[in-house]
Amino acid sequence: MSAVAETRGLVVRYAGATALDGVDLTVGEHELVALIGANGAGKTSLVRALSGLVRPDAGQVLVHGRLAQVPEGREMFAGLSVDDNLRLGGWRNGRAGRATGPVYELMPELTAVRHRAAGTLSGGQQQMVAIGRALMARPDVLVVDELSLGLAPKVVDMLVGHLRRLHAERGLAVLLIEQNARLALELCDRGYVLEAGRIVLHGDADRLARDPRVAAAYLGGHVAAEEPR
Amino acid sequence: MSDLLGYLLTGLGIGAGFALVGSGMVVIHRVTRVVNLAQGAFAVLAAMLTSALLATGLPHGLAEGAGVLVAAGAGVLTGIVAIGRPGTEPGAALIITLGLGVLAYAVEVTVWGDQPRSYAGLPGAVTLGGARIQAHYLLVIAVTLPVFAALMAFFRGTDPGKALTACAENPYAARVVGIDVRRMGLLAFGLGGALGGLAGVLLTPVQQVTFDSDVTLIVNGFAAAVLGGLTRPGVALAGGLLLGVAQTLIAGYGGGAHQLEIALLVMLAVMVAQAVRAGSVREVAR
Repeated sequence: MSAVAETRGLVVRYAGATALDGVDLTVGEHELVALIGANGAGKTSLVRALSGLVRPDAGQVLVHGRLAQVPEGREMFAGLSVDDNLRLGGWRNGRAGRATGPVYELMPELTAVRHRAAGTLSGGQQQMVAIGRALMARPDVLVVDELSLGLAPKVVDMLVGHLRRLHAERGLAVLLIEQNARLALELCDRGYVLEAGRIVLHGDADRLARDPRVAAAYLGGHVAAEEPR
Repeated sequence: MSDLLGYLLTGLGIGAGFALVGSGMVVIHRVTRVVNLAQGAFAVLAAMLTSALLATGLPHGLAEGAGVLVAAGAGVLTGIVAIGRPGTEPGAALIITLGLGVLAYAVEVTVWGDQPRSYAGLPGAVTLGGARIQAHYLLVIAVTLPVFAALMAFFRGTDPGKALTACAENPYAARVVGIDVRRMGLLAFGLGGALGGLAGVLLTPVQQVTFDSDVTLIVNGFAAAVLGGLTRPGVALAGGLLLGVAQTLIAGYGGGAHQLEIALLVMLAVMVAQAVRAGSVREVAR
């Protein structure tokens, strides 16, 4: 299986602080990969490096094909309509590649709100717009930064359904960055665990889910950090 | 009564110029967060150049067009200097535009001298409802309104226009979808330059221009722009027209030389009222 996106020895520093410290990560074609880690582990830095928004201080980012990002916090163009948000997702395609019809076919829930300002939508609707906007770039690999954060379980189920369909029907590769490790490891084939800027564990998702260290830190097992000090 | 109509139309003509300068500032500010203090210089530059070109025998239309184009180019150059370096703070960029505005004085005085310049606009006068007004004021209004309609159509109906709005709304998300935010900033500066230049070439036949005419334009244009919170070009149009009419009325009935100050006080009152309504005054006080 060939890689659509990978990092080799990736180092990212901000003003002296090291956010990523030699990260090797691969997302293969048609693969669902989870990246789990606590707040401040460097997940978002990795997303930004993969998207080309920050330059690596060392190491390499290799993207073969197109990569699109669903940013943390959804980052709507709040005053623009849903349809305009989607259109701008296809900005790089040129005028001819900005038809939004396919996104509504995939997520019919958005059809009814297509002319509403994106800032007035619910969190779940905004997350769909964010996914749709990323799909407009016709990506080979989708990087989703926090799919479930702040959303009701029912809404998350629906979004997961959409991702599964995209993967099954279009062969889209996904790198899913999630605080909800259980969700991520259930959905994905493989996973990485990021701690303090380093990959500390990686492997098949079900093996990771059974790993006692993962269970303790991320799956609601015995969590040392939450003990009273 | 006929005086009033005359003052109104003259005021709308003058105000259209303020609106063009103000909307240029708005277009630049909403994308880059920079208050462009070189905005008045674009108008002066275009006016001076047009005057010089007309003196060489270039016909009307072409000369004005060249003036506007060069002002647009000056806008892009201003943008390159002000925001070209990544990470330049809007406050620092503001000071850069102030400096470029002063530099423009030196260039204008060197090239065109320090004497007032003007040129003939649309000749003749029109009688409307008993009021006689210079035909050129009507031309200014007749050009400005379609320009604003086109500006609105550009922002609402075209992808580049929406991309400019997207940069204004959420620069991070704009980068995520692959919009080059800095390039969009330069586009905004170019657009702002063209709008400022248009104000200059339209107003010069009725208000002669000197190298430091930019001060009046920038004060009035900024007042018009602030009325719309520096984000809404349409409100800048309304603000500019209101300001122009207020000044002409005050000059006409009061006959005083203080029309600028009084009109600005009116504008200040409007801004304070707006701020109180929006609750921003309380926030600042906290």
